[in-house]
Amino acid sequence: MKEILSGNEAIARGAYEAGCLVACAYPGTPSTEILENALKYKEINSSWAPNEKVALEVAIGASFGGGRALCTMKHVGVNVAADPLFTLSYTGVRGGLVLVAADDPEMHSSQNEQDSRNYARFAKVPMLEPADSQECKEFTRLAFELSEQYDTPFMLRSSTRISHGKSVVELGERVTDLPLPKLEKNPAKLVMLPGNAKVRHPLVEQMLVDLSKAAATMPFNRMELRDTSIGIITAGICYQYVREVLPNASTLKLGMVHPLPHDLIREFAASVDVLYVIEELDPFIEDQVKAMGITAVGKEIVSLCGELTPGRLRSAFGLPQPAAIAADKMPGRPPNMCPGCPHRGVFFSLNQLKAYVTGDIGCYTLGFMPPLSAMDTCVCMGASIGMATGVTKVVSDEEKKKVVAVIGDSTFLHTGMNGLMDMVYNNSPATVIILDNSITAMTGRQDNPATGFTLMNEPTNAVNIPLLCKALGVKNTRIINPLDLEETKRVIAEEMARPEPSVIITNKPCVLIKRDDVFQKGPAYAVEDDACSGCRACLKIGCPAIEWRPAADGSKKGKAYIDKLLCTGCDVCRQLCKFDAIGSDK
Amino acid sequence: MSNQIKNILLVGVGGQGILLASEILSEAAMLAGFDVKKSEIHGMSQRGGSVVSHVRYGTEVFSPIVPEGEGDVLFGFELMETVRSLPLLKPGGTVVANDLQISPPSVLMGQETYPAALPERIKERFADCLLVDCQKIATDAGNVRAANTVLLGAVSKRLDIAEEFWLKALEKMVPVKALEVNKRAFQMGREL
Repeated sequence: MKEILSGNEAIARGAYEAGCLVACAYPGTPSTEILENALKYKEINSSWAPNEKVALEVAIGASFGGGRALCTMKHVGVNVAADPLFTLSYTGVRGGLVLVAADDPEMHSSQNEQDSRNYARFAKVPMLEPADSQECKEFTRLAFELSEQYDTPFMLRSSTRISHGKSVVELGERVTDLPLPKLEKNPAKLVMLPGNAKVRHPLVEQMLVDLSKAAATMPFNRMELRDTSIGIITAGICYQYVREVLPNASTLKLGMVHPLPHDLIREFAASVDVLYVIEELDPFIEDQVKAMGITAVGKEIVSLCGELTPGRLRSAFGLPQPAAIAADKMPGRPPNMCPGCPHRGVFFSLNQLKAYVTGDIGCYTLGFMPPLSAMDTCVCMGASIGMATGVTKVVSDEEKKKVVAVIGDSTFLHTGMNGLMDMVYNNSPATVIILDNSITAMTGRQDNPATGFTLMNEPTNAVNIPLLCKALGVKNTRIINPLDLEETKRVIAEEMARPEPSVIITNKPCVLIKRDDVFQKGPAYAVEDDACSGCRACLKIGCPAIEWRPAADGSKKGKAYIDKLLCTGCDVCRQLCKFDAIGSDK
Repeated sequence: MSNQIKNILLVGVGGQGILLASEILSEAAMLAGFDVKKSEIHGMSQRGGSVVSHVRYGTEVFSPIVPEGEGDVLFGFELMETVRSLPLLKPGGTVVANDLQISPPSVLMGQETYPAALPERIKERFADCLLVDCQKIATDAGNVRAANTVLLGAVSKRLDIAEEFWLKALEKMVPVKALEVNKRAFQMGREL
């Protein structure tokens, strides 16, 4: 049976067909939908972990117990999971273990564009790289088999265009002849103390040599000889662009990017006149090919930055671009917080208080955008609190009072709480605002350990964040309604002034949450035309439901207007209107 | 071979239902026996930002993104986004667009004005251009929310995919309770 699947759907399907029993992840674009689709297969126990390190450790446990396990994350998630990963390569596996790292060249939704292939080499873990959804499914399945055969975890590298691209996939059946998981003690293999690890390391090196040799004849590494005046080594999505733009060129399409099949590369290089290596981001394949003493052209013509496109590849080879009309200059359309978003009032207040805001990763990173313009740093998941502590270590006492960290509930539980522990332990006077909207919103509303539900939608314990802060030693924890501007601004100002650690927790949910008992839209608001003075105060919160309408005569005068379909009745704009022109539209 | 590939771009504002429309289109193309690829960006763009979805079908499709300047049909859900994406179309390409304006943040805040005369700008560059008040037609069909399906109907007449496959795709992708309205909206789109 054929279906159109995204790369992410196909990876989930591949795991299902491979007999995978456990799938674990922390959400992150572009990887999130893998677990959301694994959920469709009741044979797989799918779960969200608080962070990628825990997700991988859960998968490792499942593998050690004898079951096949899938762990997925975005590229930067591998940084968090790197600690277990680097030793997992030494222990190897019992049940097959596949770690999916979804890269984001061009940074469509990420803070950097690191190339995960370097992790495969660094951690000594083999890596497959699919080029479409069919390969996503096949390679995932194959990775589980090879993982057991070679006693090593396997990585599968995706990218935004692979994960979120869709193509036709031929579905298969789930394997049913796998041994049942069962406890089995094997400390010499699974307890990585120096004595044991010293025995394991040479085995890992030998595995990579064996796999490199075997890879020369494995069907996923494929030499396609056409016109031999140009030969191109490529992998993943880049293969598709090469076939699109240079349909007659010979290609060596690598399905496994680590370890490289050296014999096959030599054979291909000898078969073509000029050799190119076409890859996005780092010269990962190119450097290794050149280190083999083979002459090749790569990053001389393709950028180290951003993603490849057919047009960029055409430019790289000096091919003419199709005629197209010039772009019109248009106002930009950046993403924005939703109408009624509970973060808006907090950032409006932080802006008014001229705070120095160390930020974090989530929807609230949009607090950086005008007109809220209230975020000064954003580095990685959980970094806001540590950065706030660090800033207060160097600036004057007066400036210390301006330092505020903002972090979402999910990000706080991911890696932010360690920062808070440090803040209390080392007595930083900064203020932390936990924007608790009861969901992991940015990646598309995933549950987390504080929402009270699992990925499989089973009710579960909800972490009590105020109590957790108390347990970490925070003496001043205050809960505020972020839709009440007066309260929000007053409490933030009081806690900023306090010369010791303090935490403010907001208590309104994300407006996108579909559970009725969590969020319900209120009656929409409207602007009373006669009362509106055109002062524009309500525009300062940047709500997409409020529009400035210039006067019909073209003068500077105008009035605000509220789109009833968009307005959730959050009431924040009403509190900004000094003329009582805004009210519930009953 | 590559000249047998149809390149379609669906552009608009996050939240408008562009992904569903592109899924219906892809499904119809697959049912008609074509190889299909589709690509778009999720994530940040869902928060009201610009969205571009690429759909390509033909005998064998390689790149999932439409090569710049090779778009055959631009399927616009919003005027400003339609004009923004015109450079992706080949000269002589087709534009089918909803005559709808959604103000971006700078316009909402009164810092910029919504660009004027966009329909004229499209028409003067692309003679094969159909601008439709999809909201009105969808309302006539029974539900304003079927506006995208009106547009899909209009686009379907301009592609080499038989009507039966479109209807099968609609049946598969649209929830049962909204199916009748959407089928009506689709037919009204086809008649444009």
